[in-house]
Amino acid sequence: MTSRPIATTRSVMEVPTGRLAMWWVLASETVLFGGLLGSYVMMRLRHDAWADQAANTNTWAGAFNTLVLLTSSLSAVLAHQAAERGDGPKAARLLRYTILGGGVFLTVKAFEWTHEITEGFTVTSGLFWSFYYTAAGLHGAHVAAGMVIMFIVSLTAARNEELHRVENIGIYWHFVDVVWIFLFPLLYIAK
Amino acid sequence: MPEHAHAAAPRHDETSYVAIWGVLCVLLGVSVLGPMAGIRFLTLITAFGIAIVKAYMVCRYFMHLNIEKKWVAYILGFMLALMLVFFGGVAPDVLRHEGLRWQKTYVEPATLGGAATSGGER
Repeated sequence: MTSRPIATTRSVMEVPTGRLAMWWVLASETVLFGGLLGSYVMMRLRHDAWADQAANTNTWAGAFNTLVLLTSSLSAVLAHQAAERGDGPKAARLLRYTILGGGVFLTVKAFEWTHEITEGFTVTSGLFWSFYYTAAGLHGAHVAAGMVIMFIVSLTAARNEELHRVENIGIYWHFVDVVWIFLFPLLYIAK
Repeated sequence: MPEHAHAAAPRHDETSYVAIWGVLCVLLGVSVLGPMAGIRFLTLITAFGIAIVKAYMVCRYFMHLNIEKKWVAYILGFMLALMLVFFGGVAPDVLRHEGLRWQKTYVEPATLGGAATSGGER
């Protein structure tokens, strides 16, 4: 006897349960990242010295990572499109491109952090750096989690199974992209 | 129709998604180059104003909030409103240097080198 997850068989308020659950996850994530970014803005307004601290972050690395995430979002939405057309193998291939984008993002971040820590800027070097490592680290953890889940989804999608998951993980990935869109100017440009 | 598709949803084709991505890349370029002028107002507009536009475009076209059920957007909007309540409630104290029985003693450490120590607040 086979059983299917309830997310694939039930639709609440005309939204499939799986996608509905994803929206609720993102609603809670909005508060999580919103609170963090709101706190950052609050503190930043009172600490002009933070502009000097932010001058030590690498704008070009941040801009490159933004480009990488925007491009990975493109491949994620194209994967969703392929899934809607019933082309699971293509969706899986595009999801793996997205995973690759996440890998590039984290690699650049690792080089950045290595350089900054070598220069002596650690999480205890001041409020700015505490926020910097907390916000970028939390975001990086979400990128890593998304990559793992996306890989699992790509395995089933390649067999043309559970294609609705392609959209759900895509929505999550776009949200991670949106968070970075706000982190980039806050951490790299406001100098 | 697949069970995961939006009901009666107008879909974008591949070209339009690439076009939206192109616009996002151009906006990214502007948000990087704009602040280089060193004008504070221009920095705010190009960095943060454009970030809002980019986020809106990703939510609308990539996350398909434009064709999702309206109440999904309302839920997310409500969460953003909660964030504003948090900001409005806490910011007045955070933005002050002293209060009735407290004074901010925190001093931002020197920018060069990471061995700086941080002070505290009471």
